[in-house]
Amino acid sequence: MFVQIDNISKQFQTQSGNLTVLKNININIDRGEFVCIVGASGSGKSTLLRQIAGLDTPSSGEIRIAGVPVKGPSPDRGMVFQNYTLYPWLSVQENTEFGLKLQGVSKRERRERASYYLNVVGLSDFARCLPNELSGGMKQRVAIARALVCEPQILLMDEPFGALDIHTKESMHEFIIDLWQRTKITILSITHDVEEAVFLSNRIFVLSSRPGTVKKEMTINLAERGANIKRHTIFQDYRDELMVLLRQYGAEGLVAAKV
Amino acid sequence: MQLKSRNNRDRDSLNAENRSSLRPSVFWRLVEDIPQPLNWVLIGISIGLPLILWWGVTTFGSIDAKFLPSPAAVAIAFQRLWSTGELQQDTIASLWRVGVGFFLSALFAIPIGIVMGSFRSIRALLEPLFGLMRYMPAPAFIPLLILYQGIDEAPKVMLIFIGTFFFNALMVMDTVKFVSKDLIEATYILGGNRLQTLLMVIFPHVIPGILDACRINLAAAWQLVIVAELIAATEGLGRRISVAGRFLRTDEIFVGIIVIGTIGLALDLLFQYLIRVFCKWSERN
Ligand SMILES: Nc1ncnc2c1ncn2[C@@H]1O[C@H](COP(=O)(O)OP(=O)(O)O)[C@@H](O)[C@H]1O
Ligand SMILES: [Mg+2]
Repeated sequence: MFVQIDNISKQFQTQSGNLTVLKNININIDRGEFVCIVGASGSGKSTLLRQIAGLDTPSSGEIRIAGVPVKGPSPDRGMVFQNYTLYPWLSVQENTEFGLKLQGVSKRERRERASYYLNVVGLSDFARCLPNELSGGMKQRVAIARALVCEPQILLMDEPFGALDIHTKESMHEFIIDLWQRTKITILSITHDVEEAVFLSNRIFVLSSRPGTVKKEMTINLAERGANIKRHTIFQDYRDELMVLLRQYGAEGLVAAKV
Repeated sequence: MQLKSRNNRDRDSLNAENRSSLRPSVFWRLVEDIPQPLNWVLIGISIGLPLILWWGVTTFGSIDAKFLPSPAAVAIAFQRLWSTGELQQDTIASLWRVGVGFFLSALFAIPIGIVMGSFRSIRALLEPLFGLMRYMPAPAFIPLLILYQGIDEAPKVMLIFIGTFFFNALMVMDTVKFVSKDLIEATYILGGNRLQTLLMVIFPHVIPGILDACRINLAAAWQLVIVAELIAATEGLGRRISVAGRFLRTDEIFVGIIVIGTIGLALDLLFQYLIRVFCKWSERN
């Protein structure tokens, strides 16, 4: 297994006592898979992703990537945040190069590699723009390019398309599927959008809330992932199944939260 | 049944008459831009009206010119001081003191402020002291400074330094909190270490905030130099005013005050311009 999430739990010390956010999470991901984690908001999805990214350490359990335990953040694990975290004073080109700059890559190589990935995400024409001149979807594509330039082993995305309008979101779905098929990169994405999860994933993990535990693992077998697939019954069956699961475990979380 | 129909009627009347929609306005728009022409007219009134009042009072009123000279008298005094070169000399002397004192203050305060904002440890170490020092009025240090450093340039520069250093440092510290945690974590994920994050992410992010802090504190520095010169100096705009006061030359006092105000405003506009030009990305624009 490429990514091994081995019995992770996470507690936070809060004013009202110990809060268990994640409990006994076990997830394995193969190289080249596209996996989504869905769950109600507050179920600990971001917390889980932060542990994988190495931004935080689990209270117990271990995470390994390619056999190596995660100890801290590293360019091996690219991450895309929900709120387009670009450097507002740097141009699109400079934003994309930034990781390589931090790693001490020469200026010429930096330029070339960043230009290559800007081309991959279709933003070569905007290389000199500042982030605040771009639309939300374009910003997120810059963030993806910026992560890919470092050639990570896995791309982590935390509700990457959550802030986008429906049309932009759909074109981003097709974009990311196309990107995934071309680069063969492993992707772990978080979403609360059921259609998004079914459309993108090989496998989906459903998380319950308080504490976050894996309630269900779904394998998605779709012959193709064109825009038309969403109208097929097989797609809609998956979607309905996931919707029911999410409603069931999301509601459970709400009840637990009230107690 | 009756109750129900009354309820309905109430609701209808509420919709139709009582509930008025927000009336459009140009002048009283809340936190919104006004049309450019109106903007310029209002700016003109803001400066022109007091000038006209001043002129009117001195021309038609019966105020002794020793108390309130007319705009024309002040203009003549300006010309007189300018042609002898005294005004330029005084202005340069004051500007130089502010320049050196404030430059030194910013030179130390900016890095210290950034470090305070970035590390909770350094903040805990310095903030209580700085917070206290900030509320000690700088002019109260003048007797001490004269005692320690005599009456040369040193105590005046020092006064500006202590009068602005703590404000600068604390205001720069505050701007660091606007650097989002996500941006810092994104930098770690891209392979940045803490020093790189400090120099290549936090520092550029707070530059507009630093310029803004300098702009505001420069106004304080500009006032402090005048205070210092009023007390002990051989040249400078503050000195000019205090000498003019001794000889009842009110017109020269006015010249001094107006020049001081104009230079202060010019410095303020300069910093606003710098922010606009060099920090196009900032929300401060
Ligand atoms: N650093 C923290 N300290 C205390 N509680 C936290 C912290 N981070 C997250 N939480 C809590 O953990 C829960 C899950 O948060 P999160 O992982 O952001 O959920 P999701 O991303 O699924 O919406 C929330 O109730 C949140 O308040
Ligand atoms: Mg979240």
